[in-house]
Amino acid sequence: MAVEVRIPTILRTFTNGAKAVEGGGSTLLQLIDDVDARNPGLKSRLIESENLRRFVNVYVNDEDVRFSGGLSAPIADGDVVVVLPAVAGG
Amino acid sequence: MLRIARAHVDAMTAHARADHPDEACGIIAGPIGSDEPRRYVPMTNADRSPTFFRFDPTEQLRLYREMDDNDEEVVVVYHSHTATEAYPSRTDISYAAEPQAHYVLVSTAENGAGEGPVEVRSYRILDGVVTEEELHITE
Repeated sequence: MAVEVRIPTILRTFTNGAKAVEGGGSTLLQLIDDVDARNPGLKSRLIESENLRRFVNVYVNDEDVRFSGGLSAPIADGDVVVVLPAVAGG
Repeated sequence: MLRIARAHVDAMTAHARADHPDEACGIIAGPIGSDEPRRYVPMTNADRSPTFFRFDPTEQLRLYREMDDNDEEVVVVYHSHTATEAYPSRTDISYAAEPQAHYVLVSTAENGAGEGPVEVRSYRILDGVVTEEELHITE
């Protein structure tokens, strides 16, 4: 079993239009690296200066990873990862 | 052009007044591809700030899941400006991530939380370009 990563509309240009892609890894960072290897460019939209971009929300099994270790958050087979651009402004 | 029900304009205005001087935010969802704002959903501004807003991430996930289940999408994203006019700020433009949405700005700068006119205007924001559009309020 792998990890399902759900991709928001605005990032589907990196996944050939796919709404979800699969990957593996034991941390969120490894998972993103793995997914980026087959969908180049995705990582740079999620990570900046070795941190999650401030205006991207990432959830592992519905939990906001900001509260579970960010890029070091543990990932296991069967997890579902959801990426959503923050709705924000000033 | 954005066609929107009077009740939705009133709801956004009431939310903006209630949260003044902090910015209020939310969406109106509609069936995918319909361009019809039907379901009004006020959101929590996680930043509780007079100069910034961000949907509470947990609420946002719940909302997006509901919309997925209902075959809905975001038709309107609204937020308030509490000290400036109802025009998208540079920050609004850089974080606009819903190309299909109408961005509605409500300004409480003139009358704050009180009664009195509130400026409500609608925009498209695509690739960093802001275009104001007509707001047609239906009774």
